[in-house]
Amino acid sequence: MCGIVGLFLKNPKLEPQLGAMLSKMLETMTDRGPDSAGFAVYGSDGASEAGSVKLTLRGPGPAALRSAVAGLEEALALSAQATERDTHTVLAVPAERETEIRDWLRANAPGIDVVSAGRRMEIYKEVGLPASVAERFALERMTGTHGIGHTRMATESAVTTNGAHPFSTGTDECLVHNGSLSNHNDLRRRLRHEGLTFATQNDTEVAAGYLSWRMREGASLEQALESSLTDLDGFFTFVVGTENGFAVVRDPIACKPAVMAETDDYVAFGSEYRALVGLPGIDTARVFEPEPAKVYAWERVPNQPVSGERQ
Amino acid sequence: MPSFDLRSAPLRELNRALHALRPDTNETHWAVTGPDGRHAIAAGLDAPISVEIEGNVGYYCAGMNKLATVLVNGNAGVGVAENMISGFVHVRGDASQSAGATAHGGLLVIDGNAGARCGISMKGVDIVVKGSIGHMSAFMAQAGTLTVLGDAGEALGDSLYEAKLYVRGSVKSLGADCIEKPMRDEHLRELAEKLAAAGLTGEVSPSEFRRYGSARTLYHFNVDNAGAY
Repeated sequence: MCGIVGLFLKNPKLEPQLGAMLSKMLETMTDRGPDSAGFAVYGSDGASEAGSVKLTLRGPGPAALRSAVAGLEEALALSAQATERDTHTVLAVPAERETEIRDWLRANAPGIDVVSAGRRMEIYKEVGLPASVAERFALERMTGTHGIGHTRMATESAVTTNGAHPFSTGTDECLVHNGSLSNHNDLRRRLRHEGLTFATQNDTEVAAGYLSWRMREGASLEQALESSLTDLDGFFTFVVGTENGFAVVRDPIACKPAVMAETDDYVAFGSEYRALVGLPGIDTARVFEPEPAKVYAWERVPNQPVSGERQ
Repeated sequence: MPSFDLRSAPLRELNRALHALRPDTNETHWAVTGPDGRHAIAAGLDAPISVEIEGNVGYYCAGMNKLATVLVNGNAGVGVAENMISGFVHVRGDASQSAGATAHGGLLVIDGNAGARCGISMKGVDIVVKGSIGHMSAFMAQAGTLTVLGDAGEALGDSLYEAKLYVRGSVKSLGADCIEKPMRDEHLRELAEKLAAAGLTGEVSPSEFRRYGSARTLYHFNVDNAGAY
Protein backbone atom coordinates (compact mmCIF):
# COMPACT_ATOMS: atom_id res chain seq x y z
CA MET A 1 0.00 0.00 0.00
CA CYS A 2 2.27 2.84 1.29
CA GLY A 3 1.43 6.43 2.05
CA ILE A 4 2.99 9.55 0.59
CA VAL A 5 2.90 13.13 1.73
CA GLY A 6 4.53 16.24 0.31
CA LEU A 7 4.47 19.93 1.10
CA PHE A 8 5.94 22.73 -1.00
CA LEU A 9 5.65 26.19 0.53
CA LYS A 10 5.07 29.30 -1.54
CA ASN A 11 4.75 31.65 1.43
CA PRO A 12 8.07 32.00 3.33
CA LYS A 13 6.14 32.87 6.51
CA LEU A 14 5.16 29.20 6.82
CA GLU A 15 8.76 27.93 6.63
CA PRO A 16 9.25 27.74 10.43
CA GLN A 17 6.25 25.37 10.57
CA LEU A 18 7.22 23.04 7.71
CA GLY A 19 8.31 20.19 9.97
CA ALA A 20 5.27 20.49 12.23
CA MET A 21 2.89 20.33 9.27
CA LEU A 22 4.77 17.50 7.57
CA SER A 23 4.96 15.36 10.71
CA LYS A 24 1.18 15.56 11.18
CA MET A 25 0.65 14.57 7.56
CA LEU A 26 3.07 11.66 7.92
CA GLU A 27 1.44 10.34 11.08
CA THR A 28 -2.01 10.40 9.47
CA MET A 29 -0.71 8.02 6.81
CA THR A 30 0.31 5.37 9.37
CA ASP A 31 -2.59 3.10 8.31
CA ARG A 32 -1.14 2.96 4.82
CA GLY A 33 2.39 2.10 5.90
CA PRO A 34 3.30 1.05 9.43
CA ASP A 35 6.57 -0.79 8.53
CA SER A 36 8.90 2.15 8.25
CA ALA A 37 8.89 5.84 7.52
CA GLY A 38 11.16 8.49 6.14
CA PHE A 39 11.26 12.06 5.05
CA ALA A 40 13.35 14.60 3.18
CA VAL A 41 13.43 18.20 4.32
CA TYR A 42 14.81 21.07 2.26
CA GLY A 43 16.13 23.66 4.71
CA SER A 44 15.52 27.36 4.14
CA ASP A 45 17.98 29.29 1.97
CA GLY A 46 21.34 29.90 3.57
CA ALA A 47 21.06 26.78 5.71
CA SER A 48 24.37 25.68 4.35
CA GLU A 49 27.22 27.93 3.29
CA ALA A 50 28.17 28.43 -0.32
CA GLY A 51 30.56 25.76 -1.51
CA SER A 52 29.55 23.33 1.16
CA VAL A 53 27.36 20.26 0.99
CA LYS A 54 25.34 18.47 3.66
CA LEU A 55 25.85 14.73 3.87
CA THR A 56 23.27 12.80 5.87
CA LEU A 57 24.95 9.73 7.39
CA ARG A 58 23.07 6.88 8.93
CA GLY A 59 24.50 4.38 11.36
CA PRO A 60 23.58 1.95 14.12
CA GLY A 61 23.60 4.70 16.74
CA PRO A 62 25.08 8.05 17.82
CA ALA A 63 28.27 6.50 19.27
CA ALA A 64 29.16 4.67 16.04
CA LEU A 65 28.45 7.79 14.01
CA ARG A 66 30.53 9.95 16.36
CA SER A 67 33.51 7.64 16.09
CA ALA A 68 33.20 7.43 12.28
CA VAL A 69 33.10 11.23 12.05
CA ALA A 70 36.11 11.54 14.36
CA GLY A 71 38.03 9.02 12.27
CA LEU A 72 37.08 10.80 9.09
CA GLU A 73 38.16 14.21 10.41
CA GLU A 74 41.49 12.87 11.53
CA ALA A 75 42.27 10.84 8.41
CA LEU A 76 41.31 13.56 5.95
CA ALA A 77 42.46 16.53 8.07
CA LEU A 78 38.96 17.88 7.91
CA SER A 79 36.82 19.87 10.28
CA ALA A 80 33.20 19.00 9.59
CA GLN A 81 30.25 20.61 11.30
CA ALA A 82 28.15 17.70 12.60
CA THR A 83 24.51 17.77 13.70
CA GLU A 84 23.44 14.59 15.49
CA ARG A 85 19.90 13.31 15.31
CA ASP A 86 19.52 9.83 16.76
CA THR A 87 20.75 7.31 14.15
CA HIS A 88 21.53 10.04 11.61
CA THR A 89 24.20 12.71 11.55
CA VAL A 90 24.29 15.62 9.14
CA LEU A 91 27.79 16.69 8.17
CA ALA A 92 28.45 20.02 6.49
CA VAL A 93 31.60 19.60 4.41
CA PRO A 94 33.30 21.39 1.50
CA ALA A 95 31.53 20.25 -1.69
CA GLU A 96 34.77 19.45 -3.51
CA ARG A 97 35.67 16.84 -0.87
CA GLU A 98 32.43 14.87 -1.11
CA THR A 99 33.82 12.00 -3.22
CA GLU A 100 36.90 11.64 -1.00
CA ILE A 101 34.71 11.51 2.11
CA ARG A 102 32.34 8.94 0.59
CA ASP A 103 35.33 6.79 -0.43
CA TRP A 104 36.84 6.96 3.04
CA LEU A 105 33.56 6.05 4.73
CA ARG A 106 32.99 3.13 2.37
CA ALA A 107 36.46 1.76 3.09
CA ASN A 108 36.75 2.51 6.79
CA ALA A 109 33.30 2.79 8.31
CA PRO A 110 31.25 -0.31 7.56
CA GLY A 111 27.66 0.11 8.76
CA ILE A 112 27.64 3.82 8.06
CA ASP A 113 25.63 4.79 4.98
CA VAL A 114 25.47 8.10 3.20
CA VAL A 115 21.72 8.52 2.83
CA SER A 116 21.77 11.80 0.98
CA ALA A 117 23.83 14.73 -0.19
CA GLY A 118 22.54 18.18 -0.84
CA ARG A 119 23.02 21.87 -0.46
CA ARG A 120 19.66 21.99 1.30
CA MET A 121 18.25 18.46 1.50
CA GLU A 122 18.49 16.13 4.51
CA ILE A 123 16.95 12.64 4.53
CA TYR A 124 15.94 10.66 7.61
CA LYS A 125 14.44 7.18 7.55
CA GLU A 126 14.00 4.31 9.95
CA VAL A 127 12.02 1.16 10.56
CA GLY A 128 9.07 1.72 12.90
CA LEU A 129 5.79 3.55 13.16
CA PRO A 130 5.75 6.94 11.43
CA ALA A 131 5.02 8.81 14.67
CA SER A 132 8.05 7.32 16.40
CA VAL A 133 10.30 7.92 13.39
CA ALA A 134 9.18 11.57 13.23
CA GLU A 135 9.79 11.95 16.96
CA ARG A 136 13.24 10.34 16.93
CA PHE A 137 14.45 12.91 14.45
CA ALA A 138 12.40 15.81 15.84
CA LEU A 139 10.75 16.45 12.48
CA GLU A 140 8.24 18.70 14.20
CA ARG A 141 10.89 21.32 14.89
CA MET A 142 12.50 21.29 11.43
CA THR A 143 12.14 24.32 9.19
CA GLY A 144 12.40 24.62 5.44
CA THR A 145 10.81 25.34 2.10
CA HIS A 146 9.60 21.89 1.14
CA GLY A 147 9.54 18.33 2.33
CA ILE A 148 8.45 14.88 1.27
CA GLY A 149 7.55 11.92 3.45
CA HIS A 150 6.68 8.26 3.06
CA THR A 151 5.12 5.55 5.18
CA ARG A 152 5.94 2.08 3.90
CA MET A 153 4.11 -1.20 3.60
CA ALA A 154 6.76 -3.33 1.90
CA THR A 155 6.00 -5.46 -1.15
CA GLU A 156 9.09 -5.60 -3.38
CA SER A 157 11.94 -5.84 -0.87
CA ALA A 158 12.57 -6.43 2.82
CA VAL A 159 11.54 -4.18 5.72
CA THR A 160 14.89 -2.56 6.40
CA THR A 161 16.01 1.00 6.84
CA ASN A 162 17.70 0.86 3.46
CA GLY A 163 14.41 -0.18 1.90
CA ALA A 164 12.61 2.81 3.41
CA HIS A 165 11.90 5.90 1.35
CA PRO A 166 12.80 8.59 0.31
CA PHE A 167 15.53 7.46 -2.05
CA SER A 168 18.19 9.80 -3.27
CA THR A 169 20.63 9.16 -6.08
CA GLY A 170 21.62 12.73 -6.87
CA THR A 171 22.48 15.92 -5.04
CA ASP A 172 19.35 17.50 -3.55
CA GLU A 173 17.22 14.98 -5.47
CA CYS A 174 14.83 12.61 -3.78
CA LEU A 175 11.85 10.47 -4.63
CA VAL A 176 9.07 8.66 -2.81
CA HIS A 177 6.92 6.04 -4.45
CA ASN A 178 3.61 4.31 -3.92
CA GLY A 179 3.34 1.26 -6.15
CA SER A 180 5.68 -1.33 -7.57
CA LEU A 181 7.86 -1.46 -10.67
CA SER A 182 8.22 -4.59 -12.76
CA ASN A 183 11.20 -3.68 -14.95
CA HIS A 184 13.51 -2.47 -12.18
CA ASN A 185 16.08 -5.26 -12.56
CA ASP A 186 16.67 -4.59 -16.24
CA LEU A 187 16.67 -0.84 -15.75
CA ARG A 188 19.11 -1.08 -12.82
CA ARG A 189 21.53 -3.02 -15.03
CA ARG A 190 21.26 -0.44 -17.79
CA LEU A 191 21.73 2.47 -15.37
CA ARG A 192 24.82 0.79 -13.88
CA HIS A 193 26.29 0.87 -17.37
CA GLU A 194 25.68 4.62 -17.29
CA GLY A 195 27.77 4.83 -14.12
CA LEU A 196 25.04 5.00 -11.50
CA THR A 197 25.43 3.09 -8.26
CA PHE A 198 22.64 1.44 -6.30
CA ALA A 199 22.72 0.54 -2.63
CA THR A 200 19.71 -1.82 -2.56
CA GLN A 201 17.61 -4.25 -4.59
CA ASN A 202 14.68 -1.89 -4.19
CA ASP A 203 12.53 -0.90 -7.20
CA THR A 204 12.05 2.68 -6.04
CA GLU A 205 15.79 3.32 -5.88
CA VAL A 206 15.89 2.46 -9.58
CA ALA A 207 13.21 5.04 -10.33
CA ALA A 208 15.22 7.65 -8.39
CA GLY A 209 18.35 6.62 -10.29
CA TYR A 210 16.52 6.85 -13.59
CA LEU A 211 15.41 10.43 -12.90
CA SER A 212 18.90 11.43 -11.72
CA TRP A 213 20.34 9.97 -14.92
CA ARG A 214 17.87 11.83 -17.17
CA MET A 215 18.56 15.10 -15.37
CA ARG A 216 22.32 14.50 -15.55
CA GLU A 217 21.83 14.10 -19.32
CA GLY A 218 20.25 17.55 -19.44
CA ALA A 219 16.55 16.90 -18.96
CA SER A 220 14.53 19.15 -16.69
CA LEU A 221 12.67 17.50 -13.81
CA GLU A 222 9.49 17.76 -15.84
CA GLN A 223 11.09 16.16 -18.92
CA ALA A 224 12.62 13.38 -16.84
CA LEU A 225 9.22 12.55 -15.39
CA GLU A 226 7.60 12.68 -18.85
CA SER A 227 10.01 10.05 -20.14
CA SER A 228 9.55 7.89 -17.02
CA LEU A 229 6.00 7.31 -18.23
CA THR A 230 7.35 5.29 -21.17
CA ASP A 231 10.49 3.81 -19.62
CA LEU A 232 9.12 2.58 -16.30
CA ASP A 233 6.78 -0.38 -16.24
CA GLY A 234 4.52 -0.86 -13.25
CA PHE A 235 2.31 1.00 -10.86
CA PHE A 236 3.45 4.29 -9.49
CA THR A 237 2.55 7.56 -7.94
CA PHE A 238 5.78 9.52 -7.52
CA VAL A 239 6.48 12.65 -5.55
CA VAL A 240 9.87 14.17 -6.33
CA GLY A 241 11.88 16.94 -4.73
CA THR A 242 14.81 18.91 -6.10
CA GLU A 243 16.67 21.87 -4.60
CA ASN A 244 13.99 24.30 -5.77
CA GLY A 245 11.35 22.05 -7.29
CA PHE A 246 8.51 19.73 -6.40
CA ALA A 247 6.74 17.39 -8.81
CA VAL A 248 4.08 14.70 -8.96
CA VAL A 249 3.31 12.06 -11.57
CA ARG A 250 1.00 9.04 -11.70
CA ASP A 251 1.20 6.14 -14.15
CA PRO A 252 -1.44 6.00 -16.93
CA ILE A 253 -3.58 3.42 -15.09
CA ALA A 254 -3.52 5.53 -11.91
CA CYS A 255 -4.42 2.77 -9.44
CA LYS A 256 -2.42 4.37 -6.67
CA PRO A 257 -4.30 7.16 -4.96
CA ALA A 258 -3.33 10.82 -4.93
CA VAL A 259 -4.95 14.01 -3.71
CA MET A 260 -3.51 17.49 -3.95
CA ALA A 261 -4.38 20.84 -2.45
CA GLU A 262 -3.14 24.20 -3.64
CA THR A 263 -3.50 27.64 -2.08
CA ASP A 264 -1.56 30.90 -2.39
CA ASP A 265 0.62 29.65 0.46
CA TYR A 266 1.44 26.06 -0.46
CA VAL A 267 1.05 22.98 -2.63
CA ALA A 268 0.35 19.79 -0.69
CA PHE A 269 0.19 16.15 -1.68
CA GLY A 270 -1.38 13.24 0.19
CA SER A 271 -2.18 9.64 -0.68
CA GLU A 272 -5.52 10.40 0.92
CA TYR A 273 -7.34 13.61 1.71
CA ARG A 274 -7.07 12.74 5.42
CA ALA A 275 -3.39 13.67 5.31
CA LEU A 276 -4.22 17.22 4.25
CA VAL A 277 -6.96 17.92 6.77
CA GLY A 278 -4.78 19.80 9.29
CA LEU A 279 -3.24 22.25 6.80
CA PRO A 280 -4.07 25.94 7.20
CA GLY A 281 -6.85 27.13 4.88
CA ILE A 282 -7.62 23.62 3.60
CA ASP A 283 -11.35 24.41 3.57
CA THR A 284 -10.86 26.97 0.84
CA ALA A 285 -7.94 25.28 -0.98
CA ARG A 286 -8.28 23.97 -4.53
CA VAL A 287 -8.44 20.24 -3.85
CA PHE A 288 -7.97 17.96 -6.88
CA GLU A 289 -6.79 14.54 -7.96
CA PRO A 290 -3.77 14.68 -10.25
CA GLU A 291 -4.68 13.17 -13.61
CA PRO A 292 -3.03 9.99 -14.83
CA ALA A 293 0.11 10.31 -16.98
CA LYS A 294 0.32 14.05 -16.39
CA VAL A 295 3.36 15.71 -14.86
CA TYR A 296 2.66 18.38 -12.27
CA ALA A 297 5.66 20.49 -11.35
CA TRP A 298 6.31 23.58 -9.27
CA GLU A 299 9.52 25.55 -9.10
CA ARG A 300 10.80 28.32 -6.91
CA VAL A 301 13.14 30.85 -8.47
CA PRO A 302 14.70 33.16 -5.85
CA ASN A 303 12.83 36.49 -5.54
CA GLN A 304 10.08 35.39 -7.93
CA PRO A 305 6.67 33.90 -7.37
CA VAL A 306 6.49 30.10 -7.50
CA SER A 307 5.73 28.76 -10.97
CA GLY A 308 3.57 25.75 -11.77
CA GLU A 309 0.02 24.42 -11.71
CA ARG A 310 -2.74 26.74 -10.51
CA GLN A 311 -6.12 27.05 -12.09
CA MET B 1 -32.49 15.71 14.74
CA PRO B 2 -29.47 13.65 15.82
CA SER B 3 -26.15 15.27 14.99
CA PHE B 4 -22.66 13.88 15.11
CA ASP B 5 -19.32 15.68 15.12
CA LEU B 6 -16.73 13.15 14.00
CA ARG B 7 -13.96 15.29 15.47
CA SER B 8 -15.27 14.50 18.94
CA ALA B 9 -17.19 11.21 18.54
CA PRO B 10 -15.72 8.09 16.98
CA LEU B 11 -16.92 7.09 13.51
CA ARG B 12 -17.80 3.59 14.68
CA GLU B 13 -20.29 5.08 17.11
CA LEU B 14 -22.02 6.91 14.27
CA ASN B 15 -22.17 3.88 11.99
CA ARG B 16 -23.34 1.66 14.87
CA ALA B 17 -26.15 4.10 15.70
CA LEU B 18 -27.19 4.27 12.03
CA HIS B 19 -27.15 0.49 11.68
CA ALA B 20 -29.34 0.08 14.78
CA LEU B 21 -32.18 2.16 13.33
CA ARG B 22 -35.42 0.33 12.65
CA PRO B 23 -37.29 0.93 9.37
CA ASP B 24 -40.02 2.87 11.20
CA THR B 25 -37.62 5.08 13.15
CA ASN B 26 -38.59 8.66 13.91
CA GLU B 27 -34.95 9.75 13.77
CA THR B 28 -35.09 10.25 10.03
CA HIS B 29 -32.64 13.08 9.59
CA TRP B 30 -29.01 12.92 10.70
CA ALA B 31 -26.39 15.63 10.48
CA VAL B 32 -22.68 14.76 10.41
CA THR B 33 -19.88 17.31 10.72
CA GLY B 34 -16.08 17.04 10.70
CA PRO B 35 -15.76 14.03 8.36
CA ASP B 36 -12.15 15.05 7.51
CA GLY B 37 -11.82 12.38 4.84
CA ARG B 38 -12.59 9.44 7.13
CA HIS B 39 -13.43 6.16 5.40
CA ALA B 40 -16.73 4.25 5.32
CA ILE B 41 -18.88 7.05 6.71
CA ALA B 42 -22.57 6.04 6.64
CA ALA B 43 -21.76 2.75 4.93
CA GLY B 44 -24.20 -0.14 5.16
CA LEU B 45 -27.37 1.85 5.87
CA ASP B 46 -30.68 0.00 5.68
CA ALA B 47 -33.43 2.45 6.65
CA PRO B 48 -35.35 5.24 4.90
CA ILE B 49 -33.45 8.06 6.60
CA SER B 50 -31.35 10.93 5.34
CA VAL B 51 -27.79 11.65 6.41
CA GLU B 52 -26.26 15.00 5.58
CA ILE B 53 -22.46 15.20 5.79
CA GLU B 54 -20.77 18.58 5.96
CA GLY B 55 -17.29 18.32 4.43
CA ASN B 56 -15.06 15.90 2.49
CA VAL B 57 -15.43 12.16 2.98
CA GLY B 58 -12.93 9.34 2.40
CA TYR B 59 -13.33 5.91 0.84
CA TYR B 60 -16.59 3.94 0.46
CA CYS B 61 -18.92 6.60 1.83
CA ALA B 62 -22.52 5.31 1.66
CA GLY B 63 -21.24 1.96 0.42
CA MET B 64 -23.85 -0.82 0.24
CA ASN B 65 -26.55 1.80 0.79
CA LYS B 66 -30.15 0.59 0.96
CA LEU B 67 -33.15 2.95 1.21
CA ALA B 68 -31.23 5.85 2.71
CA THR B 69 -30.47 9.28 1.28
CA VAL B 70 -26.87 10.39 1.83
CA LEU B 71 -25.84 13.91 0.96
CA VAL B 72 -22.15 14.88 0.92
CA ASN B 73 -21.51 18.61 1.00
CA GLY B 74 -17.95 18.18 -0.21
CA ASN B 75 -15.76 15.77 -2.16
CA ALA B 76 -15.90 11.99 -1.91
CA GLY B 77 -12.97 9.56 -1.96
CA VAL B 78 -12.67 6.20 -3.71
CA GLY B 79 -15.82 4.08 -4.14
CA VAL B 80 -18.61 6.39 -3.04
CA ALA B 81 -21.94 4.45 -3.02
CA GLU B 82 -20.13 1.28 -4.14
CA ASN B 83 -22.50 -1.67 -4.23
CA MET B 84 -25.53 0.53 -3.48
CA ILE B 85 -28.79 -1.44 -3.54
CA SER B 86 -31.32 1.40 -3.42
CA GLY B 87 -31.71 4.93 -2.14
CA PHE B 88 -30.07 8.19 -3.18
CA VAL B 89 -26.50 9.40 -2.80
CA HIS B 90 -25.64 12.96 -3.76
CA VAL B 91 -22.07 14.33 -3.84
CA ARG B 92 -21.97 18.12 -4.11
CA GLY B 93 -18.28 18.19 -5.02
CA ASP B 94 -16.01 15.82 -6.97
CA ALA B 95 -15.80 12.05 -6.55
CA SER B 96 -12.63 9.97 -6.77
CA GLN B 97 -12.30 6.74 -8.72
CA SER B 98 -14.77 3.83 -8.76
CA ALA B 99 -17.82 5.93 -7.87
CA GLY B 100 -20.92 3.72 -7.84
CA ALA B 101 -18.85 0.59 -8.49
CA THR B 102 -20.88 -2.65 -8.70
CA ALA B 103 -24.04 -0.83 -7.52
CA HIS B 104 -27.31 -2.68 -8.09
CA GLY B 105 -29.84 0.13 -7.78
CA GLY B 106 -30.64 3.59 -6.47
CA LEU B 107 -29.45 6.92 -7.81
CA LEU B 108 -25.97 8.43 -7.47
CA VAL B 109 -25.63 12.09 -8.45
CA ILE B 110 -22.23 13.79 -8.56
CA ASP B 111 -22.31 17.55 -9.06
CA GLY B 112 -18.60 17.82 -9.93
CA ASN B 113 -16.32 15.43 -11.78
CA ALA B 114 -15.85 11.72 -11.15
CA GLY B 115 -12.43 10.09 -11.49
CA ALA B 116 -11.42 6.89 -13.26
CA ARG B 117 -13.60 3.75 -13.33
CA CYS B 118 -16.88 5.51 -12.56
CA GLY B 119 -19.64 2.89 -12.59
CA ILE B 120 -17.22 -0.02 -13.01
CA SER B 121 -19.21 -3.28 -13.06
CA MET B 122 -22.45 -1.42 -12.28
CA LYS B 123 -25.43 -3.75 -12.05
CA GLY B 124 -28.51 -1.54 -12.21
CA VAL B 125 -27.71 1.78 -10.52
CA ASP B 126 -28.45 5.10 -12.21
CA ILE B 127 -25.47 7.44 -12.08
CA VAL B 128 -25.64 11.09 -13.14
CA VAL B 129 -22.38 13.06 -13.26
CA LYS B 130 -22.75 16.77 -13.94
CA GLY B 131 -19.06 17.19 -14.73
CA SER B 132 -16.74 14.77 -16.55
CA ILE B 133 -15.64 11.19 -15.84
CA GLY B 134 -12.19 9.59 -15.98
CA HIS B 135 -10.75 6.64 -17.90
CA MET B 136 -12.13 3.08 -17.93
CA SER B 137 -15.55 4.22 -16.75
CA ALA B 138 -18.41 1.69 -16.97
CA PHE B 139 -15.87 -1.11 -17.43
CA MET B 140 -17.86 -4.38 -17.60
CA ALA B 141 -21.01 -2.48 -16.69
CA GLN B 142 -23.92 -4.87 -16.68
CA ALA B 143 -27.11 -2.87 -16.16
CA GLY B 144 -28.33 0.61 -15.29
CA THR B 145 -27.55 3.99 -16.78
CA LEU B 146 -24.53 6.29 -16.64
CA THR B 147 -25.33 9.86 -17.67
CA VAL B 148 -22.51 12.36 -18.08
CA LEU B 149 -23.05 16.03 -18.79
CA GLY B 150 -19.37 16.63 -19.47
CA ASP B 151 -16.74 14.47 -21.18
CA ALA B 152 -15.63 10.86 -20.79
CA GLY B 153 -12.01 9.69 -20.57
CA GLU B 154 -10.27 6.85 -22.37
CA ALA B 155 -11.77 3.40 -22.93
CA LEU B 156 -15.36 4.20 -22.02
CA GLY B 157 -17.52 1.10 -21.57
CA ASP B 158 -14.80 -1.49 -22.15
CA SER B 159 -16.26 -5.03 -22.20
CA LEU B 160 -19.68 -3.56 -21.61
CA TYR B 161 -22.81 -5.67 -21.08
CA GLU B 162 -26.26 -4.07 -21.04
CA ALA B 163 -25.73 -0.79 -19.20
CA LYS B 164 -26.66 2.33 -21.18
CA LEU B 165 -24.21 5.21 -21.36
CA TYR B 166 -25.36 8.74 -22.21
CA VAL B 167 -22.63 11.34 -22.72
CA ARG B 168 -23.21 14.97 -23.65
CA GLY B 169 -19.59 15.98 -24.23
CA SER B 170 -16.71 14.29 -25.98
CA VAL B 171 -15.53 10.73 -25.47
CA LYS B 172 -11.76 10.35 -25.59
CA SER B 173 -12.01 6.75 -26.76
CA LEU B 174 -14.35 3.79 -26.57
CA GLY B 175 -13.25 0.54 -24.93
CA ALA B 176 -13.41 -2.90 -26.51
CA ASP B 177 -16.90 -3.83 -27.73
CA CYS B 178 -18.42 -0.42 -26.86
CA ILE B 179 -20.07 1.42 -29.75
CA GLU B 180 -22.20 4.48 -30.34
CA LYS B 181 -25.86 3.65 -30.86
CA PRO B 182 -28.77 5.70 -32.17
CA MET B 183 -30.90 7.69 -29.72
CA ARG B 184 -34.40 6.42 -30.23
CA ASP B 185 -37.52 7.85 -28.55
CA GLU B 186 -37.37 5.27 -25.78
CA HIS B 187 -33.84 6.40 -24.95
CA LEU B 188 -34.77 10.08 -24.98
CA ARG B 189 -37.62 9.25 -22.62
CA GLU B 190 -35.40 7.19 -20.32
CA LEU B 191 -32.72 9.90 -20.24
CA ALA B 192 -35.34 12.60 -19.50
CA GLU B 193 -36.46 10.50 -16.51
CA LYS B 194 -32.91 10.18 -15.16
CA LEU B 195 -32.22 13.89 -15.64
CA ALA B 196 -35.48 14.70 -13.85
CA ALA B 197 -34.53 12.42 -10.95
CA ALA B 198 -31.25 14.34 -10.69
CA GLY B 199 -33.15 17.64 -10.67
CA LEU B 200 -31.93 18.69 -14.10
CA THR B 201 -35.24 19.08 -15.94
CA GLY B 202 -35.10 22.16 -18.13
CA GLU B 203 -31.37 22.60 -17.61
CA VAL B 204 -30.16 20.18 -20.26
CA SER B 205 -32.06 18.56 -23.09
CA PRO B 206 -31.85 14.79 -23.70
CA SER B 207 -31.30 15.57 -27.39
CA GLU B 208 -27.82 16.95 -26.57
CA PHE B 209 -26.59 13.48 -25.54
CA ARG B 210 -25.20 10.55 -27.50
CA ARG B 211 -25.79 6.96 -26.51
CA TYR B 212 -23.14 4.25 -26.18
CA GLY B 213 -23.71 0.57 -25.56
CA SER B 214 -22.42 -2.92 -26.11
CA ALA B 215 -21.80 -4.33 -29.60
CA ARG B 216 -22.37 -7.72 -27.91
CA THR B 217 -19.48 -9.42 -29.70
CA LEU B 218 -17.67 -10.39 -26.48
CA TYR B 219 -20.57 -12.14 -24.78
CA HIS B 220 -19.39 -15.59 -25.73
CA PHE B 221 -15.96 -16.99 -26.35
CA ASN B 222 -15.18 -16.98 -30.03
CA VAL B 223 -12.39 -19.26 -31.17
CA ASP B 224 -11.32 -16.66 -33.72
CA ASN B 225 -10.29 -14.45 -30.79
CA ALA B 226 -8.08 -17.11 -29.21
CA GLY B 227 -4.95 -15.36 -30.46
CA ALA B 228 -5.83 -12.26 -28.45
CA TYR B 229 -5.41 -14.05 -25.11
